[in-house]
Amino acid sequence: MSRQNMRILQSERLKQLVQQVYDNVAFYRRRMDEMGVKPSDIQSIDDIVKLPFTYKNDLRDHYPFGLFAVPMKDIVRIHASSGTTGKPTTVGYTQNDIENWREVLARCLSMAGISSSDIMQVSYGYGLFTGGLGVHYGAETIGATVIPVSGGNTRRQLQLMADYGSTVLACTPSYALHLAEALAENAYSLADLKLKIGVFGAEPWTENMRLELEKKWSIKAYDIYGLSEIMGPGVANDCECHTGLHIHEDHFFPEIVHPDTKQPMPDGEEGELVFTTLTKEGIPLLRYNTRDLSTLNRSTCECGRTTVRMKKITGRSDDMLIIRGVNLFPSQIEHVLLEMGETSAHYMLYVDKINNLDTLELKVELDEANMMETIRDLQNLSKKIEHALNSAIGLSVKVTLVEPKTIARSEGKAVRVIDNRKK
Amino acid sequence: MTIRQLSVFLENKTGHLNEILAVLAIHNINIIALTVADSSDYGILRAIVSEPEKALEALRTEHFTVRVHDILSLEMPAKPGSMSHILDLFTAADICIEYVYAFSFGSKSILMLRTDNGEKALEVIKTNGLKSISEAELK
Repeated sequence: MSRQNMRILQSERLKQLVQQVYDNVAFYRRRMDEMGVKPSDIQSIDDIVKLPFTYKNDLRDHYPFGLFAVPMKDIVRIHASSGTTGKPTTVGYTQNDIENWREVLARCLSMAGISSSDIMQVSYGYGLFTGGLGVHYGAETIGATVIPVSGGNTRRQLQLMADYGSTVLACTPSYALHLAEALAENAYSLADLKLKIGVFGAEPWTENMRLELEKKWSIKAYDIYGLSEIMGPGVANDCECHTGLHIHEDHFFPEIVHPDTKQPMPDGEEGELVFTTLTKEGIPLLRYNTRDLSTLNRSTCECGRTTVRMKKITGRSDDMLIIRGVNLFPSQIEHVLLEMGETSAHYMLYVDKINNLDTLELKVELDEANMMETIRDLQNLSKKIEHALNSAIGLSVKVTLVEPKTIARSEGKAVRVIDNRKK
Repeated sequence: MTIRQLSVFLENKTGHLNEILAVLAIHNINIIALTVADSSDYGILRAIVSEPEKALEALRTEHFTVRVHDILSLEMPAKPGSMSHILDLFTAADICIEYVYAFSFGSKSILMLRTDNGEKALEVIKTNGLKSISEAELK
């Protein structure tokens, strides 16, 4: 589709959406009235900047169903976020929403080269979390054979992968790393497997990690992006060029806004990623701020697709740590470790406040290839990592080497930071 | 001239040393010599054992970080001053000792050495007719 036709489609859909939420969602009607914006003020997609933003707190404040735009008899499915703090953010889908979700996921999986001849092991968690069921429906739509194994039970994951000859693995990148390491321990080798594609997502991860997973599994790895508030997995996905993730912008309209002023930013500049759900019926959201940091690129991709691309997410504004006034994303640590390649990629960052000064300690697992014969050589290795981190992030970090398998593994979203300052 | 030594990464945790020893015990591996180098966060356990390959596999399986290194091994006359004499020879050749430990095996006194210059150390051993000891002699 040409960019011009896309804009016409988006404009039509936005007009309908605004009328729909104004008529059916008290929260949006109140917000728009306060701002003096009427549905008739929205004539094209460019008018989107006149509309109010939506934040995660708005979903929490209207828990559980307060932002739904249809009666419950039209809602066919409920999902909810993990809700580590407070109430889970709850979303509802109509039958049309489920169909659209299948459609965008099918596009994502096709983009990753998956077809009806593939056997797809879905190791995202099934249940309230959107990961498992979302990917499941998309895989069925393209006719792949789905193995709905869900997360956890590493040993069985590997056994099924070998016995069923899974060709695609879908899970979080941190779990994919854990599974790769568990291969040898469970007496499997890559020769026992038919795996060729990985579809990883649901947490921020770096390009280096993507390359590492490709190497460890000898597969092609793709990044699938999504969030339950907007739909679940399937909002965007990268193609074989890996130069950003193609957003399904006929359903999800993206904007980038400045993290502080919330003013729209031009393409290419980094800010918070905001989505408007152009076709959603159950819980349509205007300008939902994901807090994920990204940039947009509207040029035609080398793969030929004309859809807007977003830069791979490696952090969100609420993951950002402020250490002695310096901004730090955990993904920066991961980048340095993988680039050095002298330890495993399993790490945990501990933040403390000692005598009113923020301190950082990085525990990282020592692997066999780097086991030294003398304490001095091991201390030199820690110092080398400390030095590399210091030049990359401008903060001093105490590096402590720990034994393999002592840092907790995640079967879902990885926990990389323990911030003891908040207590 | 050298003996295989296990080097195991060891975090400072109560009972942790014994976890390694228990693995060796279960696999019926005998410890001939053992020493631990320590720092504030972790240590390195060094051990000469009856079956190094078997010990390596067993410890790997239990997720310990372990490597096998070849270490210079010398038999010393069991009398005062013999170790000092050997170290004098190394000092004279400007060889630095990185770590050293000694133990008795039956009637033998054995010295294990890691230097900063393996080749030069071998020369010193040869020129001065120092008696080295092999793994076979420790069975």
